[in-house]
Amino acid sequence: MDSLAAQLQMQYRNYILSLYQQGFLDDQFTELKSLQDDGSPDFVAEVLSLFFDDCVKLVGNMARALDQTGTVDFSQVGASVHQLKDSSSSVGAKRVKGLCITFKELCEAKNYEGCVRCLQQVDIEYKTLKAKLLDMFMFEKQIVQAGGIIPQVDIN
Amino acid sequence: MARDGGVSCLRRSEMMSVGIGGMDSPPLDVDEVHVLAVDDSLVDRIVIERLLRITSCKVTAVDSGWRALEFLGIDNEKASAELDRLKVDLIITDYCMPGMTGYELLKKIKESSSFRQVPVVIMSSENVITRIDRCLEEGAEDFLLKPVKLADVKRLRNYLTRDVKLSNGNKRKLPEDSPPLTLSPDSPDSSPPPSTLSPDSSDSSSPPLSPVEIISSPLSSPIDDEDDDVLTSSPESSPSPVRRQKMRSPGLD
Repeated sequence: MDSLAAQLQMQYRNYILSLYQQGFLDDQFTELKSLQDDGSPDFVAEVLSLFFDDCVKLVGNMARALDQTGTVDFSQVGASVHQLKDSSSSVGAKRVKGLCITFKELCEAKNYEGCVRCLQQVDIEYKTLKAKLLDMFMFEKQIVQAGGIIPQVDIN
Repeated sequence: MARDGGVSCLRRSEMMSVGIGGMDSPPLDVDEVHVLAVDDSLVDRIVIERLLRITSCKVTAVDSGWRALEFLGIDNEKASAELDRLKVDLIITDYCMPGMTGYELLKKIKESSSFRQVPVVIMSSENVITRIDRCLEEGAEDFLLKPVKLADVKRLRNYLTRDVKLSNGNKRKLPEDSPPLTLSPDSPDSSPPPSTLSPDSSDSSSPPLSPVEIISSPLSSPIDDEDDDVLTSSPESSPSPVRRQKMRSPGLD
């Protein structure tokens, strides 16, 4: 085996493991990867792309809902949080999902300051995840270009 | 397409012409299970669609209860002969949806003479016992906790093939653990899907985007905002979700 491919594979493996260890991803992400095959090689990328579209849209909704001078409609904020919680749960975006759970409680408590802070965190978190996953896909591309195959990473 | 929020499948008229042996034959392979999936979340629709396709089901995915009723023709005043051809073996729906909840959709389906026999499965991210009980009492076959996994869908598929209703109305018992039945020898993924995942890529005719390009490409057309009604706040969920399922034989009232 080409040693460059082998090196990249090892780095890739470590990278993936670190994403799980640091709590960015959970077993639902593993599940998604298992649904991908030669017939649908871009399934994970497509789902994630839609997820990040969702993030942009929903974070925008939350920001607008919180930006109301006068009374903030917390149930409206909560509705968008609920949707983001569901999406993040479906793709295995563990940290985003965790933040949404907290965010939801803050909405129910009508804690304005808390909601604003949490929204900022959600914004940072999904963008961080997006950057990490782009790196992951870049790794995969490099491995293939080096003549290797993308390894299945055993999380357990 | 699943992306535009509408019905991601061939239109009914198109479905009529897709089939084996011409106009008088059923539009869908009789051995293939046809599932109607209902979820307002695009991400969830794509995932459930994939899960169902992997288990050899034909899938129609819609984004709301109204569109589901429209697709089934339940809301339609005109009695259509096409309804006889429309074979839906399972309906799987999200619970929390703006407009019409999964529970309300379930009730409407059970009130319909044409479709009350079709098993309905509810999905929810919240493990609320009262919610689950209410759905089961209203006639839901099963209740899945999100995120839905392949094992969940496989289980549904198994119990569905035990009682597949053929288009001629006969119930047919099948071995529970048999491999997915299709007339074509090909694997599930090689048959042309009735819907496409995205308008930009994944068509076999256009050059596929790499995963990096897919994620970092500029936003596609904005997701339809029509159904963004305010959801009612959901009740608390218990700290350790338990997958609560109750199996009921289809066909028993």
